[in-house]
Amino acid sequence: MIADLALGWPILSVITFLPLVGAALVLMVRGEGPAVDRNIRAIALMTTLLTFVISLVLWAGFNPATADFQFVEKAPWIGDAITYHMGIDGISILFVILTTFLMPLCILASDVITNRLREYMVAFLVLETLMIGVFCALDLVLFYLFFEAGLIPMFLIIGVWGGKRRIYASFKFFLYTLLGSVLMLLAVIAVYLQAGTTDVPTLQQFPFTVEAQYWLWLAFFASFAVKVPMWPVHTWLPDAHVEAPTAGSVILAGVLLKMGGYGFLRYSIPMFPDASIFFAPLIFGLSVVAIIYTSVVALVQEDMKKLIAYSSVAHMGFITIGAFTLTAQGIQGSILQMISHGIVSGALFLCVGVVYDRMHTREIARYGGLVNRMPAYAFVFMVFTMATIGLPGTSGFVGEFTILIGAYQVNTVVAALATTGVILGATYSLLLYRRVVLGDLTHKDLMAIGDLNWRERLTFLPLIVAVIWIGFFPVHLTGSIDASVDHLIAQVQAKRAAPIPVPAMAEPVPAAGEGASQP
Amino acid sequence: MVAALVLMPLLGALAAGFFGRLLGDRGAQIVTSGLLVASAVLSWIVFFDVALGHQAAYKVQLATWMSSGALQVDWALRVDALTAVMLVVVNTVSALVHIYSVGYMAEDPHVPRFQAYLSLFTFAMLMLVTADNLVQTFFGWEGVGLASYLLIGFWYKKPSANAAAIKAFVVNRVGDFGFAIGIFAIFFVFGSVSYDTIFAAAPAVAGKTFNFLGYDLDIMTTICLLLFIGCCGKSAQLGLHTWLPDAMEGPTPVSALIHAATMVTAGVFLVARCSPLFELAPVALQVVTVVGASTAFFAATVGLVQTDIKRVIAYSTCSQLGYMFFAAGVGAYEASIFHLFTHAFFKALLFLGAGSVIHAMHHEQDMRHMGGLWRHIKFTYAVMWIGSLALAGIPLFAGYFSKDTILEVAYAAHSGPGTYAFWLGSAAAAMTAFYSWRLLFMTFHGKARWAGHGHDDHGHAHTPHESPLTMTVPLALLALGAALAGMIFYDNFVGNLREVFWAGSIHVAAGNHVLEEAHHVPEWAKLLPLVLSLGGILVAFWFYILRPRLPVALAETNPLLYRFLLNKWYFDELYDFIFVRPAFALGRLFWKGGDGRVIDGLGPDGVSARVLDLARRAARLQTGYVYHYAFAMLIGVAALVTWYVYRIGVTS
Repeated sequence: MIADLALGWPILSVITFLPLVGAALVLMVRGEGPAVDRNIRAIALMTTLLTFVISLVLWAGFNPATADFQFVEKAPWIGDAITYHMGIDGISILFVILTTFLMPLCILASDVITNRLREYMVAFLVLETLMIGVFCALDLVLFYLFFEAGLIPMFLIIGVWGGKRRIYASFKFFLYTLLGSVLMLLAVIAVYLQAGTTDVPTLQQFPFTVEAQYWLWLAFFASFAVKVPMWPVHTWLPDAHVEAPTAGSVILAGVLLKMGGYGFLRYSIPMFPDASIFFAPLIFGLSVVAIIYTSVVALVQEDMKKLIAYSSVAHMGFITIGAFTLTAQGIQGSILQMISHGIVSGALFLCVGVVYDRMHTREIARYGGLVNRMPAYAFVFMVFTMATIGLPGTSGFVGEFTILIGAYQVNTVVAALATTGVILGATYSLLLYRRVVLGDLTHKDLMAIGDLNWRERLTFLPLIVAVIWIGFFPVHLTGSIDASVDHLIAQVQAKRAAPIPVPAMAEPVPAAGEGASQP
Repeated sequence: MVAALVLMPLLGALAAGFFGRLLGDRGAQIVTSGLLVASAVLSWIVFFDVALGHQAAYKVQLATWMSSGALQVDWALRVDALTAVMLVVVNTVSALVHIYSVGYMAEDPHVPRFQAYLSLFTFAMLMLVTADNLVQTFFGWEGVGLASYLLIGFWYKKPSANAAAIKAFVVNRVGDFGFAIGIFAIFFVFGSVSYDTIFAAAPAVAGKTFNFLGYDLDIMTTICLLLFIGCCGKSAQLGLHTWLPDAMEGPTPVSALIHAATMVTAGVFLVARCSPLFELAPVALQVVTVVGASTAFFAATVGLVQTDIKRVIAYSTCSQLGYMFFAAGVGAYEASIFHLFTHAFFKALLFLGAGSVIHAMHHEQDMRHMGGLWRHIKFTYAVMWIGSLALAGIPLFAGYFSKDTILEVAYAAHSGPGTYAFWLGSAAAAMTAFYSWRLLFMTFHGKARWAGHGHDDHGHAHTPHESPLTMTVPLALLALGAALAGMIFYDNFVGNLREVFWAGSIHVAAGNHVLEEAHHVPEWAKLLPLVLSLGGILVAFWFYILRPRLPVALAETNPLLYRFLLNKWYFDELYDFIFVRPAFALGRLFWKGGDGRVIDGLGPDGVSARVLDLARRAARLQTGYVYHYAFAMLIGVAALVTWYVYRIGVTS
């Protein structure tokens, strides 16, 4: 059976490093010209497709009944403590699939790139390896490497193939993420000094003292919050999106933002449960502000990509709320919403890309009445608009709804305020759709605009199927994550209940606090 | 059978939507209408089996939707008497509207798309009325909202239609906000979203309180009020009604199906469906009564002065929905569903009749440009009379049975809100009759004011013409319903047979005898609505036939009142002022000020500028730049967090 195919070989390493092999192949293609470009595109597409197929085999072989890490690979790496440790559980599997699913579509959507195509594809393939690595790594140092290295290709993608203000945007992106990274690096070192290991399963069991948890949590938070991004460290995102090429935006919104949410679920919550509960109000507060603030900002945007970028921040606000409710619904909803948002916002950026490729402008006012010339485009855009609004029957609904159900159990005020986001979300999304797609065709330069070509239709089809499928049968996804989420909650509760072994808890507190923060 | 009944419209929608070009206009019409007629026939079979034949209620499990911890949501169809009634209403009207559209939309270039949207709407509405749990109800609820959005904005070249579509969606979302929080609260309290579980556990919760937004509130009252906010949005009750008149931008068959007969009654349906909850929340019921009665009155006053034929009927719908709500509010859910049932026939009839008029006038909707039409479109004229007689509650016509029952139960409630509803409802009855006959007289009688107006740019003959058979046959069938539905079903819905008919699908608390008492209200209270209606008709006759100058003079002598009514009590202007403009202003403030100046200014831009700054003038210690403060603040924040964490360390 397909499920058995996944066993007996280091499937995770293969999935992770296959794109890197593809990148090497791309580099080996010699020469210039359209034929060579075609080869490069073919290699990239084939590599990403193959990776996707193998990841489906992985999913088929995944055992949803257990919360243990599966397909574990472990090899000594640096010294005794740092190992090459890979493995997935219910929390990570869907992110791997999401990444491998989006990549071939990104390659398909990069037809317009002609400048330095070889380097472009290499950057994307390397990025894929690093992203998958993030979700598979079970060693803190390994994770950190994948997590931070991912910055570089993205920085290049924006900086080299971006728009007019690409330098500003890429530096802003770099500056923000770097700030978080430095703090996280310190925390990683501190964790190692305290626990003597960087093995994630071991660390999840390790009883950090409460005050150490606070410091470490804050340091991880600095990094993850920037990635998510949470208000008020979100301002890099609109700029990065606006300047990034279409496929860059898709990956940025689709996968890179999810690393923050994944980080909270994989590291912050299980390793520092007391701190997570203690700081939950902070997360709730920032998230609620993010939802309302960025939704209102999205209302007045004049640039299509900026609008969608701001809506991303609002949607990610739901995700952080869900994760820190520490309820089954909240966390599952949060994962579902990340998957859904990855697909939907990626698709929306592709929608922008379609018209940008034709008209070379993202200014909303330059469009209007596209439905007259592009009915297929209008349909596709409508589907994803409805998904981003969270219409029941689309993937956007199930995530948002379960998150809010979870949030309500923890804090009614948070749930109520967050729910206002669905009103604002409907408003800015429908206004965008109206201004771009509906109305009469009055702009002269749009009179000859062509509808979706076969390549674009091919790109959108799987996305539409995924959005509707998840909308109607989210159980096909939650089935995989159930056990791990329950385990995560049980873990938090168990760790909270256990007496924390603090030597001389009351007396040298300042020293303990300093010891944790300054390794 | 029920699954087939529900899924057939979806099949039609998909077929017409995706293969419209392949099927052609006629093909799409045949496929969608055929499936809808089949679905309607099945609905009547279900109705005869379950509601009239007293077959036991049953459920059809389709699949699991969501499963997350305690949250289990199924795709399941629930069939009981209440559902059966709704199935009949939805599918009958929908099938007739599908057929009617064949004639009405004949000249439109997007026929398959239109038919697909209609069928999609019907599917969502069927999911709503057959839902076995609150989340599936919400699925249908938002689904009909989507269809409504698509159909209002069907003529996408019209800016007004696009604006109306967005307004409908967003205002409904405001209601859904309440509905959604209601569902969260219900799950929080009962650990389930399934109707059976909730209803069974509800009595144990009655009178208890929980914390909501920081206040200790009565559980059942809070939940019911939250659900009612959703109902207000969907059913266009006072406060959230502003989208309904604008929704008239959509094609007229849409107005008949969605904005009169079915979708807007979803709120009434939900209150009836949740009657086991509402019966435990007397305060919520009082609110429902007051809001319903106020809407009935408010919408009727606005309807008095509108000149667009569709808007008159739209306000009438709004007003009639108010009746349904206050009936439910005083505990007579059966009466409110009965009115929903009869109203579906006569209001769909009125809208489709108006559509026939508009069709005859080549898309002229302003009654000031009509007049004298009865000679040209006699059939339409006749059915409009029937519809108006039913709406005004003239004896033997459908509205007489349902509306009078509602006013009687309001009186019989012997409560403050009930009495309020009785008087406002009676006043609204008089106004209803007045504007109905005003519509008839302005449209069909008097001088022809249409010569040279609007309709000659199509190159058609100048004389208004009667509509084709595809339009007149549905009109005839609806006219039949409008004339007879009340008489036939009175006993079953609200009369002696009501308990066996509803078979527990509507829950009435043990102490609630309001329908029984309604039979014993004084004679004058029974006669009052009829007298007022006849009075309304007479005044209309006097104003628009005998003394046509009088209304103009009246408007001129009371300009303030006239403008207040004409501008719909200034709700739109008020909302624009309170919500819309501030939201956009806030957006600009947050964007340019918050993100631009504060966050970027103090953050990345500030930091990089600060570094440059420092390099350039390391020697000078001048300040006064915002970045300096930024640094000071940053250090301050760091210090604060340090202290915060440190203190926790000490205290724990």
